[in-house]
Amino acid sequence: MKQFGGPAAFLDRSDINTDEIIPARYLTEISKAALKPHLLEDLHLEGDTFDPRSEEIQNAQVLITRSNFGCGSSREHAVWVLEVNGINMVIAESFARIFRQNMFNCGILAIELKKNDLDRLFKLQGKVTVSVDLDKEQLSVSSDNGASVLCPFSLNPFDKQLIAAGGWLAYADAKY
Amino acid sequence: MGKTITEKIFDAHLRDTPTPGNMVLDIDVIMCHEITTPIAIMDLMEKGMDRVCDPKRIKAVIDHVTPPKDAKTAMQAKIMREWARRHSIKDFFDIGRNGVCHALFPEKGFIRPGNTVIMGDSHTCTHGAFGAFAAGVGTTDLEVGILKGVCAFRAPRSLKVVVNGMVPKGVYAKDIVLNIIKQLTVNGGTDMVIEFVGPVVEQMDMASRMTLCNMAVEAGATSGVCMPDLVTAQYLWPFIKDKYASPEAAAAEFSRWHSDPDARYERVLEMDVSKLEPQVTFGYKPDNVQDIGEMAGTPVDQIYIGSCTNGRIEDLRVAASIVHGKTIADTVRAILVPATPLVYSQALEEGLLKIFMDSGFCVLNPTCGACLGMSSGVLAEGDVCASTTNRNFSGRMGKGGMVHLMSPASAAAAAITGVITDPRPYLP
Ligand code: SF4
Repeated sequence: MKQFGGPAAFLDRSDINTDEIIPARYLTEISKAALKPHLLEDLHLEGDTFDPRSEEIQNAQVLITRSNFGCGSSREHAVWVLEVNGINMVIAESFARIFRQNMFNCGILAIELKKNDLDRLFKLQGKVTVSVDLDKEQLSVSSDNGASVLCPFSLNPFDKQLIAAGGWLAYADAKY
Repeated sequence: MGKTITEKIFDAHLRDTPTPGNMVLDIDVIMCHEITTPIAIMDLMEKGMDRVCDPKRIKAVIDHVTPPKDAKTAMQAKIMREWARRHSIKDFFDIGRNGVCHALFPEKGFIRPGNTVIMGDSHTCTHGAFGAFAAGVGTTDLEVGILKGVCAFRAPRSLKVVVNGMVPKGVYAKDIVLNIIKQLTVNGGTDMVIEFVGPVVEQMDMASRMTLCNMAVEAGATSGVCMPDLVTAQYLWPFIKDKYASPEAAAAEFSRWHSDPDARYERVLEMDVSKLEPQVTFGYKPDNVQDIGEMAGTPVDQIYIGSCTNGRIEDLRVAASIVHGKTIADTVRAILVPATPLVYSQALEEGLLKIFMDSGFCVLNPTCGACLGMSSGVLAEGDVCASTTNRNFSGRMGKGGMVHLMSPASAAAAAITGVITDPRPYLP
C-alpha cells in the first residue's frame, strides 16, 4: 500500500475553495502533470503573506488546515494538483463532500480531527512532520524542536477499503 | 418511520452496501462536459478501459468554453467529440446545438422524477428540481460512472427548507436561495440533501425551482430537491405523453417519490419570504449576503446575465422588461448569454435580443464563458461585476475581480444605473 505522511505545511483558514487550490484557468489541461506549478496559486491567507512557492509548501507532503476544505467546484484537479506535488494527506476539521470523496477515490487521505486537536497542531512550532497509523487510526505529529502530539481519528470503513484498493476505479473495476 | 424522497430514490437504485452507511447506486443519467470529461477519457484510455456502460445513459455537451478560445480548449472538445462518436453516444451536443449543461439537459427532458444523476460538475444539483437525486462528482467517480454505471454515496441525510409567505414584487428564486445560503452558511448543508418545500416552492415554475436547487451546493449540500408535481409533469409533458394519459396522471404517479410526513430530517428551516428584500452578495463567499439596499450605489464595471443559475428565458424576460427602451450606463459593459439555443431563439422571437442590443448589451452564444472565468467576459484585476451566476469566489470570473451575485432583475437595474441598484422601481 501507498505510504502516507511526511513534512507538513499549515494553511490557517477555513473554507479554502477549489478555485484557490487550482484556478479554473488551468482546467484546460488534459494531463495531471501540467497542473504541478499551479498549486494554491490563488490562495490568500490573513495578512496576505502566503507564498505558494515557499519552501514549506514546496516540500510539504501533508497539508494541515481548518474547516470545510475543498469547497466549491467538483474539479478533481484540486486533488491531482496535491498529488502531483507529492501531497498524500490533508488534515482538517472538515471537508467539502466532493473534495473528500475525490481524495479517497484517488487513494489519498483526507483526515478529520476535532477542533481542539487541530488547535494543538497549529500551536506546534518549527518544522512539523506527520506520520499515520491506519490500523490504530492515530496520527503522530512531531516538531523538530522535540514537541509532539498524538491525535486519534476515525476513518469511514468504506474509505479505508478505497485506500487499500488504491482508489475507487480499481475497487469498482474489480467488484462491479 | 417514513422516508425522504432521497431515501426512496436510494432504495430504488441500491446496487451494493459495501460497508454499513455506504451505498453504491445504479445511475440513470451520466452527464459529461468538456472540462472534466476529457481527462477521464484520457485516463481510461491509458488504462485500457475505454468503454462505456451504456451509451443511452450518457449525455454529453461541449459548453464551458465554446466555440473554443484556443488550441487547448479545441483539443478538449475534440477528445469529447471523438469519444462520443467512438461509443455511439447519440445525445452529444456540439457547436450550434450546445448550451450550458444544467439548462440544456432539462430542456431535452433527460431528467425524470426518481432518477439518479451524476456529472463531473458541482452544479449538477440543479436537476434535483425534477424530483431526482442529482449530484456533482469528481473525475474518478465520473470514470466509474461511465464504465460501470454506478456511484458510491453515504446514506443520505436531509435538511428541509420550508418556504412560506407571499413572494413580493421584485423578489425572485435567486433572492430566496441567496437568503437561504446566508442562513445555512457555506457548509450548513454539507453531506445533506436540501429539500425545498412549502407553498412558495409549490407555486414556482421549473425555471425557479432549478435556480433554487442550482445553488444548494453553495451551502455545501450534496444536492437540492423539489417534490415532483403537476408543474414538473407539465414541463416534461412533450417527453412523457406516450407514457401517461394526462399530466395529472403523471403527477399522481410522481407523488410516490414524495417524502413521507414522518420522514427524518437533520434540520428544518422555516422561512417567510413576505418581507424579503432583493439580495446581493459581498466578498468572496456565497453566504456573504445582504439586502441590496445596503450596497446600493456601489459602482460596477460589468454586468453578466447568464449561466445555469439564471440564463433561462424566464430570466431574460424579467431583465428585458427592465432595460426596455433604456440605455446602459456609459461606465459599464453588459453581457447577455442565453443559456441554450432554445432560449436564444425564443428570446429572438420574442424580441428580447433586440431590446438588449438596443440598450447596449453584447449578446453572446450559449456557453458558460465568464461564469467560471475561462472566456467571453473575463474580469480584469480590480473589475467589479454584477452577475446572475452562482459563485463569487476570489478569482472566479478573473483574477483580482469582484463578483456580486444577484437576480437578473437586479443585474439589469445595475446595467442601467452603473451601480448596484434595487430593481423594484425599475420594474414595469
Ligand atoms: S454556467 Fe457556470 S456554474 Fe453553471 S455549469 Fe457553467 S461554469 Fe458551472
